[in-house]
Amino acid sequence: MSLKDNLLELIRRASVEMPDDVSQSLLRALREEEKKTTAEFALQTIRANMELAAKKSYPICQDTGSILFYVHAPAGCDHLAFEDAARAAVAEATAKGFLRQNSVDSLTGKNSGNNLGPGTPTFHFAQSGAGFQPAIDVRLILKGGGCENVGAQYSLPDSHISADRDLAGCRRAILDAVLQAQGKGCGPGILGVCIGGDRATGYGFSKEQFLRPLDDRNPVPELDALEQEIVATANKLGIGPMGFGGKTTLLGCKICAVNRLPASYFVSISYMCWAFRRRGIVLSADGGKIEKWLY
Amino acid sequence: MELKTPIPEATIRSLKVGDLVEITGLLFTGRDAVHKFIHDGGTLPVDMRGAVLYHCGPVMLKEAGAWKCVAAGPTTSAREEPYQAGVIEKLGLRAVIGKGGMGDKTLEGCRKSGCVYLHAVGGAAQVLAERIKKVRNVHMLEQFGSPEAVWELEVEKFPCVVTMDSHGNSLHKDIFAKSKAALAELL
Repeated sequence: MSLKDNLLELIRRASVEMPDDVSQSLLRALREEEKKTTAEFALQTIRANMELAAKKSYPICQDTGSILFYVHAPAGCDHLAFEDAARAAVAEATAKGFLRQNSVDSLTGKNSGNNLGPGTPTFHFAQSGAGFQPAIDVRLILKGGGCENVGAQYSLPDSHISADRDLAGCRRAILDAVLQAQGKGCGPGILGVCIGGDRATGYGFSKEQFLRPLDDRNPVPELDALEQEIVATANKLGIGPMGFGGKTTLLGCKICAVNRLPASYFVSISYMCWAFRRRGIVLSADGGKIEKWLY
Repeated sequence: MELKTPIPEATIRSLKVGDLVEITGLLFTGRDAVHKFIHDGGTLPVDMRGAVLYHCGPVMLKEAGAWKCVAAGPTTSAREEPYQAGVIEKLGLRAVIGKGGMGDKTLEGCRKSGCVYLHAVGGAAQVLAERIKKVRNVHMLEQFGSPEAVWELEVEKFPCVVTMDSHGNSLHKDIFAKSKAALAELL
């Protein structure tokens, strides 16, 4: 198989199959929801939709979103050749209906029709550290526009929400974002949060949190405690699936902290909808073979 | 309850927040570009009087000369809030389907014009595409591109929940107020 064909299969599976950690979490939410409620109806529809998409090999959600590639490759890997193969895979996936035509010229409104254009898709390359196998680790996230639009960035202190420059202030900012996102981002959702950084890197790192499995634990004790607390508190707000009211508002919250300027204190929050499209592969060094599927 | 298009105003007025409904008949898709176009004075090449508008940008494939709907869940409706009430009145819509709910202006528009807001489950593109039996036509495809075009979809038992009725009630408004109060207690 060529690198392009392997990336096409990565895109197909990302679009049509839910990652296990998220689907299990959604099924748990369904079991725990009050019976004969609109919230239960929403979660039953979500369950049926996950099954149908995988069976038919069609997109889970019609908004196949921003196409975000995260690539760890050993020294010597040709990034430009990788990008070319990925772009060809994206165009083919669009023609086959695994991806919606989702790249629009911001000035003319013209849809490119194949998901290619300035800024789309996006690539995040990093060099594998010492001790890594000579293999290419490719992770793909498809992030829909509805959930992207409810992302929020707070600059602390923020007197509107009484948030100071401390973890208690971060908690207020994150919970305000949950309140404001209700209904618009398809819940139950998952949050990726970055404390610190600048306006661009803060959002960038917040999205990278979505690469973490839902059931992992944060190695930093303060952040781990905050992650658990945010989920517990959000699930007491009664927002529920799709904002219909109900028990499960968040499935998870993943937080990182990076250094900031003395003058800046950003809390950047990305929201991922329940249709969490995330897949990964480990490729042989030449890109020709899928050694392993991730997630 | 099954609703067949065109839906009479009396039936729309009888609907209440929380009702589960299934639509059979014709849906027209229309989202950001369509709303702005109508707001700016544009006229669509199709009569939507009494129709149901669906906030949706589907995935469509052309197979053997015919359009096939591959995925078709709702998009976030809040973006159309500045335009929706005017569009309901101008086009004579009886129902709008979307997700996430809309604001006070649309709620008032529903009351005035005899319209309801129906919520389909967001992200459920396959469950909803299964209920689309035929793609009858498409308008404005060249101008707006596939996700923003006006697609005419024949549907059978398309499932939705009434979340904003024609009597001034909104589930979204209620849940927002309750969750805001709950958060204030927990902060």
